[in-house]
Amino acid sequence: MTDALSRTPLYEWHLRHGARMVPFAGWEMPVQYTGILEEHRATRTAAGLFDVSHMGEALVSGPQAVEFLDQVATNRLADLAVGRARYTLLCAPDGGVVDDIIVYRTGPQAFLLCLNAGNTPGDVAWLQSQAAKFDCVFRDASADYAQLALQGPHAVEIAMRLAPATVRLTDVPRFSFVEIVLSGTSILASRTGYTGEDGFEFYLPPDQASAFADALLKAGADLGLKPCGLGARDSLRLEAGLPLYGHEISREISPLQAGLGWAVKLDKPGGFIGRDVLAAEAAAQPARRVVFFILDDRRMARADMVISANGKPAGKVLSGTLSPVLNQPIGSALVERGALDSGAMLTVDIRGAAIPLRLAKPPLHKPA
Amino acid sequence: MSTVPDDLRYTKEHEWLKPAGDGTALVGITDYAQESLGDIVFVELPKPGAKFAAGASFGVVESVKAASDLYMPVAAEVLEVNSSLESMPELVNQIPYGGGWILKVRLVDAKSVGQLLDAAAYRQLI
Repeated sequence: MTDALSRTPLYEWHLRHGARMVPFAGWEMPVQYTGILEEHRATRTAAGLFDVSHMGEALVSGPQAVEFLDQVATNRLADLAVGRARYTLLCAPDGGVVDDIIVYRTGPQAFLLCLNAGNTPGDVAWLQSQAAKFDCVFRDASADYAQLALQGPHAVEIAMRLAPATVRLTDVPRFSFVEIVLSGTSILASRTGYTGEDGFEFYLPPDQASAFADALLKAGADLGLKPCGLGARDSLRLEAGLPLYGHEISREISPLQAGLGWAVKLDKPGGFIGRDVLAAEAAAQPARRVVFFILDDRRMARADMVISANGKPAGKVLSGTLSPVLNQPIGSALVERGALDSGAMLTVDIRGAAIPLRLAKPPLHKPA
Repeated sequence: MSTVPDDLRYTKEHEWLKPAGDGTALVGITDYAQESLGDIVFVELPKPGAKFAAGASFGVVESVKAASDLYMPVAAEVLEVNSSLESMPELVNQIPYGGGWILKVRLVDAKSVGQLLDAAAYRQLI
């Protein structure tokens, strides 16, 4: 692969703010500005601003738009109200995950989809081929949108400072959105995020992204708002127990194995692509499950390290990092059901040392 | 942009070595290395008395993102490890050529230091 990396509309903005840029999913993205730990803690205690313009967007409209989406999505979309958003998986006929996405209903027959950056080309080809069977129009609109995420306990207050007095952003429920003008820019503001904190994700015209990011940073300076890179985004989502495509879900790891059964409506009228395989897997119980853990050690578990049960291989690590809040290693792993059901002691092999896994329910940074 | 002090010797793997003149030396990682790694959160250290060949892995430095091996610049025996790093691994980020040193070693052959890069050669590399 010698393809040049894509740049978001905020590329120059990142350099101006001292970002270290790295390749990610075909994009040149900021991994950090001042440091992952500091940015992570800023988002947990104050607010963080993330450029997520690498994410893909697609538009679906037409009389059968909802029928089409309910055929490709595992979650139910027919009853999604205008102004609401819903998380869903897209599955292949064999039940493997094509992508996990957010669907926004912008009108009775109109939807906006938010796709993972690395999956966007594949999603577009897959969705285009399926949409052709319905009376609807599907379009890749990735180039039409920049996307910024404002996350943290002060995020909503900061966004309010840019909104007209008539718009009460605090009243926008979770997984709802409004189309408003903030700081002179027409924006779709969605009460969603990928950090486990309150906040908004903003969809806006690319040519206004840089000015809007500056306006947000200025508005939030006294409340501790910091620009945050992909490094903190990853450690935040892992603490919160949110899946990352290619780690906790993939072509090989089904939504049921990943513990996302709540987003898989097996009894949906008309079924959906992948339904039969997933129904059979649900009936038989998934052979392996994604679990989250904390290590009472300083050494960190990293992706692909081997998990053992009573000394025998029983799985592998999917994601691993330091929890900046706990100051302890955390991670996720795919473990055989037999090993989990037996209650056997699970360990992870870190450079020859067997370190015990303490299984924990996310959010990992909020101990039960 | 990264600091490369003139009085140290360097490896291509971004360790530095500072000979004391009495057959011992301090070993650490360079400013360039700590900057590339980002926040360092754990340093896995060898035991004093351990002997390593030139280029052998003697430990691991973990950042939030990844674990990286540490390599012995020249054949040496570990005399002392920087125990401050146990509670303050961030010293490697903050003062890589000072309080963030990693090992004190006895050189097997004091002349072996001559095989390492000098500051000018290391600046070329980065």
